[in-house]
Amino acid sequence: MDRNRTQQIGFAVLTVSTIAVVGPILVVIGIVLVEGARAISWEFIFSMPYNGMKAGGIFPAIVGTLILTVGTALAAIPVGVAGTIYLAEYARDTWMTRAIRLAIVNLAGIPSIVYGLFGLGMFVLFLHMGTSIVAGVLTLAIMTLPVIISTSEEALRAVPIEFRTVSASLGGTRWQGIRYIVLPQALPGIITGTILGLLRAAGETAPILFTVAAFYLPRLPQSPFDQVMALPYHLYVISTQVPEMPVSVQYGTALVLLILVLSMNVAATVLRSYFRRRRQW
Amino acid sequence: MVGPKVLIKEVNYFYGDFQALRNITLEVPPRSVTVFFGPAGGGKTTLLRLINRLNDMVEGTSMTGRVLLDGKNIYDPGTNVTHLRRRVGMVFALPLPLPGTVRENITYGLKLAGYRARGRMEEILERSLTQAALWDEIKDRLDSPANALSGGQQQRLCIARSLALEPEVLLLDEPTSGLDPISTRKVEESLHELKQFYTIIIVPHSIQQAARVADHAAFLLMGDLIEYRPGTEIFTTPEDRRTEDYITGRFG
Repeated sequence: MDRNRTQQIGFAVLTVSTIAVVGPILVVIGIVLVEGARAISWEFIFSMPYNGMKAGGIFPAIVGTLILTVGTALAAIPVGVAGTIYLAEYARDTWMTRAIRLAIVNLAGIPSIVYGLFGLGMFVLFLHMGTSIVAGVLTLAIMTLPVIISTSEEALRAVPIEFRTVSASLGGTRWQGIRYIVLPQALPGIITGTILGLLRAAGETAPILFTVAAFYLPRLPQSPFDQVMALPYHLYVISTQVPEMPVSVQYGTALVLLILVLSMNVAATVLRSYFRRRRQW
Repeated sequence: MVGPKVLIKEVNYFYGDFQALRNITLEVPPRSVTVFFGPAGGGKTTLLRLINRLNDMVEGTSMTGRVLLDGKNIYDPGTNVTHLRRRVGMVFALPLPLPGTVRENITYGLKLAGYRARGRMEEILERSLTQAALWDEIKDRLDSPANALSGGQQQRLCIARSLALEPEVLLLDEPTSGLDPISTRKVEESLHELKQFYTIIIVPHSIQQAARVADHAAFLLMGDLIEYRPGTEIFTTPEDRRTEDYITGRFG
C-alpha cells in the first residue's frame, strides 16, 4: 500500500481513539456541570443538611473532605519524602531494596477497598482509635504513600548524577549535595506526584468507608477522634441509600467534589510549569 | 629536593573482577603540571579520581596500596574525606555548572564548608575568576545563570569554582575536550599561571596538549604504568617502544 495512505489511516485510527478516550470524560463533566450548577448556591455549600439530607447543604461533607486531605498530606508527605530520599540516594542496590521497591510499585496498584479493610483492622480495631479522623487519615496516608514514593523517586533519579559528583568534589557531604542541589531540582516532580497522590485520597470512598466516614452527621467535628462526613461517601449515600433524594442535590454534590479535585489538579500543573521554568539544566 | 606532593604507592584497583590499575607507583612533585596520558581505558581517569577519593562513590570497587598527600595516606580509616576534597579540587571533562548563578557556583564550596564572611566572598570571587582567565569576560554577569555562559566560559567557571577553595592539588580530567581551540588555549595558559601556586595533575585530551603542558608525564596502557619521566624527555625520546608507538600515532 502507498505509504501516505498508510499514514492517513494511522492518523484516523489515532484520532478516533483519542475521541473515544476524551469524549466520555467531557460528556460526564458537561452533564455534572450543567445539572449541578442548578443546585449550587451559597446555602448549599455553607449550611448543614436537614430533613434526612434531602434539604439544606453539604457543608460538613466539604469540611470533612478538606480535613481528611490536609491530614493525609501532613501524615504522608514527611514520611514519603524522607523514605524516598533514603531509597533513591542512600540505600545500596541489594535484593532487599529491590524487593521493597517492587512492593511499593505493587502497593500503588492495590484496590482501595483493601486499604479500607486494613485501616479497619489496624487502626479502628487493633489500635482502638475507633471510627475517627485519625484512623481515616492514617488509612488514606498509607494508600497515598506508594504514589508519593514512586513518583518522587523518579524525580530524584532524573537529577543528573554529575551534580552529586560535583558537589562531593567541592567538599560536600552526601546530604549537602541532596539538600542544596538534588532536592531543589527534584521538587517540581515531588510536588506533582504528591498532589496526584492526595487527589486520589480526596476522591476515594472505600478507604474511609469503615474508618472515618459518617452516614449523616450534621455538625462539624470537635476532635481528631470524631467521625466526619466526606464528599465521596456522601455522594454514594445520597445516590443509593436514601429514597426520594432530589436529583439536584446529587448533581450538586458531584459538582463540588469534581471542582475540588480538578482545582487540585490545576494547582499541580501550574506549580510544575512554574518550577520547570526555573530549572537550569 | 622537596618531597613529592602526591605519592601513589603500589596501587591496584578493581571494578568488580576487572583490574583497572596494576601496581602503580609514581611521585607527583609540587607546583608543577603532571600529565597522565595514554589510550582510552588505560586507567587515567581512575588514577586521577583516586587522589580525591571520588571513586568511593562507585559501588563494587576495591583497591590495595596507598595514596599519600604530603606524606599522609588519604585512605587511612580516619581520613576526613570532605576535607580531603577541599584540598584536592577536581574539574571534569564536561563543563558542569551547578544550577544557579555564576556567583552561586563559585561560592558553593565555601558555603558547604560553612563559610559566611561577605567581604571575603567578593575577594575570592574575583581572585578565582581572574586565575581561571574569566574575570574580564563576565565580571558584569556574576548574577546571571551559569548555564547561559558559553561552553568555554562554563569550563573556566568550573576551574574557578575549584580554585575558590584554594586547593593544594588540582585534578583536571580532559578539561578541554568539549572546547574550541581558542578556549583551549586560554585554559592551557591559565594552567601555566596556576602551577606557580598549585600542584596540577591533568588527563589531557590529546598528545599535543600533553606535550604542551607537561612538566612530567606518565604513560598508562591498559592499567600499567609504562613510562614516567619529565615531559621534555618522554615526548622527544621515549624509552619504551609502546610509548613511542603511541606518541608517533601508530596506535591509539
